[in-house]
Amino acid sequence: MAKIVGAITTSHVPAIGRAIAGKLQDDPYWKPFFDGFPPVHAWLDKVRPDVAVVLYNDHGLNFFLDKMPTFAVGAAPEYHNADEGWGIPTLPPFKGHPELSWHVINELVAREFDLTTCQEMLVDHAYSLPLKLLWPNDEKCPVPTVPVCINTVQYPLPSAKRCYKLGKALGEAIGSWDKDLRVLVIGTGGLSHQLDGERAGFVNPEFDKAFMDSLVSDPEWVTQFSNEQIVEKTGTQGVELLMWVAARAALPGRVGLVHSNYHIPISNTAAGLMVMEVAA
Amino acid sequence: MNAASQKLEIPGTRVFDGELAQKGYALNKMCFSFNSAENREAFRQDEAGYCRQFGLNAEQYEAIRTRNVLGLLAAGGNVYYLAKFAGILGLDVQDLGAAQTGMSKDEFKAMLLAAGKGI
Repeated sequence: MAKIVGAITTSHVPAIGRAIAGKLQDDPYWKPFFDGFPPVHAWLDKVRPDVAVVLYNDHGLNFFLDKMPTFAVGAAPEYHNADEGWGIPTLPPFKGHPELSWHVINELVAREFDLTTCQEMLVDHAYSLPLKLLWPNDEKCPVPTVPVCINTVQYPLPSAKRCYKLGKALGEAIGSWDKDLRVLVIGTGGLSHQLDGERAGFVNPEFDKAFMDSLVSDPEWVTQFSNEQIVEKTGTQGVELLMWVAARAALPGRVGLVHSNYHIPISNTAAGLMVMEVAA
Repeated sequence: MNAASQKLEIPGTRVFDGELAQKGYALNKMCFSFNSAENREAFRQDEAGYCRQFGLNAEQYEAIRTRNVLGLLAAGGNVYYLAKFAGILGLDVQDLGAAQTGMSKDEFKAMLLAAGKGI
C-alpha cells in the first residue's frame, strides 16, 4: 500500500521566483529564508518520495471568476507553468501522475467531497516555487505531482474545518492506494500577510507561531475560527494557511516535527516552513 | 448567527465576496487578460480602447486611468488580478502596499523589517 512519508508546508511568495532567478540566496535580505531549506533537502534525501500531492491556491492563472471551483484536483499527464503577467521566469513543466490523481478523485468523491477535475491545468507560482525550493538543483522537478487547488480568491472560501476534513480524506485516499509508493504531501501559502486594503503590510507573528505549534500537537485548533476571523488575525492572504491545515490533516495519527523555520519579511509576507513526519 | 453569515468588520480590510465579484467582473476580466504579453501590449497601445473592449464602467476606468489602487479595490477589483495590471506598470506588491497605506515604499519596507525584529 502507498505510504505517506510526511508533509512539508511553505510560503510561496512570487518574489522567491525573482530571488531564485537572480541567485540571491546568500543576499542578506534573502538568506534567513533560504537557509531554512537545506535541512528539508536532507530529509527528502532520506525519505525519497516517489510522488508529491501539492495543496495550493491559484492566483488567477488557471481559474477566473467565470468558473471558480472550491476544490479542484488535477488529472493531467503534465502541468505547465505560464506567464502570470508580472515577469517571473516560468519553470519547466511538472510531470503528473494520472493514476494517483484518479484514485484520489474517486476516493474523495466517495467521501462526499464534490470536486472539480482538471485534465488540463496551468499551475502558478504557488505550485512551481515550492517545488523549486524543495529540489533546487534539479532542472525539472524530479517527482511526479498531483495538484489539489483550494479556492482562496472568491468568498465564501471553504472553512478551516472543511479543509481539515479534506486533508484527512486525502490522507485516507492516499493510504488506500494499492501501490507500494512513498507519497509526500505539500501545502503552500501563508503565513500572515495582507496585500490589499489600507491594512496592507499587516503580519502577526504571535498568531503564526501559535498556529505552527498547533499543527504538531493540536491540528484542529485553528478550525475553531471562521475565515473572516482568520483574515482578522493573519491578513487577507494569511488565510492561505488553509493549505497547511489540509496538508497536516493528511498525515495519519500523531506527527513529529522534523524541521521548521519562520522569518519576516519576504516581500510583504511572514514566511513559514515546516516538515512533519508521521510518528513511528 | 452562523459562521457563513457572520459579518466581521476588520479595519482597512475587505474580503472579496460575491458582491465585489459581481461589481468587479469586467475590471477583473480585463486584468486576467494581462496574463498574455500580447494583451499587455494591446493595453499599452490604447488604454481607453482596451478598457472599452472589456466594458469597464466609469468608476473602474477612472481608477485604471489614475492608477488608484484603493479605487480599483472599491470598484470591485481583486488583488490577484490587479497584480497583473501592476505588472504592466512595473510595480510590485510593496509598491501597492505603499500606495494603499500612504507610505513611501521605503517606509513600507521598513515597517515590515521592523515587524520581523525580535520574533
